[in-house]
Amino acid sequence: MPKNLFEKIWERHEVAPSLIYIDLHLVHEVTSPQAFESLRMKERTLRRPDRTLATADHNVPTDGSTTAQQIKDHLSRKQVEVLEQNCAEFGVPIHSIGSDQQGIVHVIGPELRVTQPGMTIVCGDSHTSTHGAFAALAFGIGTSEVEHVLATQTLQQKKPASMRVNYEGELGFGVTAKDLILGTIGQLGTSGAQGYVVEYAGAPIRALSMEGRMTICNMSIEWGGRAGMVAVDDTTLAWFDDAPEEWREFTSDDDASFDREETVDASALSPQVTWGTTPGHVAPVDGAVPEPSTESEERALVYMDLEPGRAIEEIELDTVFIGSCTNSRIGDLRAAAEVVKGRKVSRDIRAMVVPGSAQVKIQAEKEGLDEVFRDAGFDWRSAGCSMCLGMNPDTLQPGERCASTSNRNFEGRQGKGGRTHLVSPQMAAAAAVEGRFVDIRGWGE
Amino acid sequence: MKAINIIEGGVSVLARSDVDTDQIIPKQFLKRVERTGFGEFLFYDWAKEPGWHLPVNPILATGANFGSGSSREHAPWALEDYGFQAIVAPSFADIFYSNCTKIGLLPVVLPEDQVKALMEAGEAEINLQEQTVTFAGGVVPFDIDPEIARRLLEGLDDIGITLEQQHLIDAYEAERERSGPVTTSL
Repeated sequence: MPKNLFEKIWERHEVAPSLIYIDLHLVHEVTSPQAFESLRMKERTLRRPDRTLATADHNVPTDGSTTAQQIKDHLSRKQVEVLEQNCAEFGVPIHSIGSDQQGIVHVIGPELRVTQPGMTIVCGDSHTSTHGAFAALAFGIGTSEVEHVLATQTLQQKKPASMRVNYEGELGFGVTAKDLILGTIGQLGTSGAQGYVVEYAGAPIRALSMEGRMTICNMSIEWGGRAGMVAVDDTTLAWFDDAPEEWREFTSDDDASFDREETVDASALSPQVTWGTTPGHVAPVDGAVPEPSTESEERALVYMDLEPGRAIEEIELDTVFIGSCTNSRIGDLRAAAEVVKGRKVSRDIRAMVVPGSAQVKIQAEKEGLDEVFRDAGFDWRSAGCSMCLGMNPDTLQPGERCASTSNRNFEGRQGKGGRTHLVSPQMAAAAAVEGRFVDIRGWGE
Repeated sequence: MKAINIIEGGVSVLARSDVDTDQIIPKQFLKRVERTGFGEFLFYDWAKEPGWHLPVNPILATGANFGSGSSREHAPWALEDYGFQAIVAPSFADIFYSNCTKIGLLPVVLPEDQVKALMEAGEAEINLQEQTVTFAGGVVPFDIDPEIARRLLEGLDDIGITLEQQHLIDAYEAERERSGPVTTSL
């Protein structure tokens, strides 16, 4: 019987009905302290420290601090210190602030090659879907479930439904993985994938780098998906030094069926810009802010201080943020640097680049990308979640308008009263130079 | 987890859809390492808007795609700490729904028109055993996974249940566990 990729991985990990084995548990400082504390109170042990890996990312300042003690915010410092103490007590390997392997949890997993095809991967973080780019079944869980995995290395989970999104055509010049996923969410809705594990397939996906595939899978949660995945191919195997040939089985069989299939035309997509307060509030850069048709859209326009009919290219910005688990890998930084090279940030714009990991930072500096960004007027920071969620000193001020390569444009996400527009790294870089959104396809020629 | 079955009383109304967990409990409150005391920060920014009215009641009725975004369990913790025992909506985000069931906060999915009728009724009785919501508009059935319902009704500890199956996990690891990667050797 033919099987799809999700079914193959699921079946291999069923310990009992609705109880699946977890191959890798990633841990960070925000969603784990209560889980460790509960283990301690109930005198339970951590079953498999060798399948658990921790890092500090949400709270860390990006100012180059190298120890938890240097974090000025009292509560942030305590949270990172508690993570370090918990990891020491329970024997969990950790790359905390100051380590040259530290970084955003979803950037370091693939970087350290602990994210591998065919695995089940969980983390107390909704963007765990990122790891699905490697044909792994990866998803976010809550703190009670973090505790469950720490104690048992399994998760109670009802088998989700499966969906395949078949992309047709090819991405045009200047149109990236970020635009592909934003366009998909715009077409299929912010709860369109609720209850489903989504496999992204078709020639436009095959043509993407692993980094592009990570960007796509990362945002699966933004349209409600339980997980997102891409099948193994040569590009996947090339990520690893000695990839076993057996990994090639982590694809959907030719005649496998899915509970639902959707088709998206990649050729029809322009670079995308969100105008509202969900990732589904999105428009092509050569388009305009639409007429609101729901209460949610009306509310979003008020919050964003935008009126229907305003051309996207007329929206002026205060801030540009290049970073986050969606777009902070070396390929993202190279693409953005290419755009700003020899140019200057528009004088009023506060622009920052935050590498996704210490390793990405080291590599970028080796290539001189830090110089390119600094010369253009960008602030070059150290690794962390940074302004994606503003749990650290990098935040928007009330009313500040930001072009951001992150994943969520929710009200207040980047700072209370801040207004977020989601875009690709190239679009963010060009927006920094112009001080407003520009269509990257016809710009700078 | 304490057992739940019948939840009855007033209905608080939040007539908004796509309410994400960043709104339910903003990021600045995620820095605490404790599990309690989040109720006073529930909808922290929205609560400052003029006309905001969200009385403490056993039941919250709200719009579709409730609890989208971040996986933070702090969101159900805050709703429960505020006083809600059940949330009724046309749909929930997956992780949020699951998180609620882990702490004994009952998520109930009803069709949109029934949620509106419930909002107007202002009072209701939810019976988990019977899987019904009773209010001035009538008796409306709802679906819930039988295993989740059983655990909620009996107030069972998930980890305790799984640890009883430890022999199955031992057997899986002995026979079927994939080799590598080993994080402790990094």
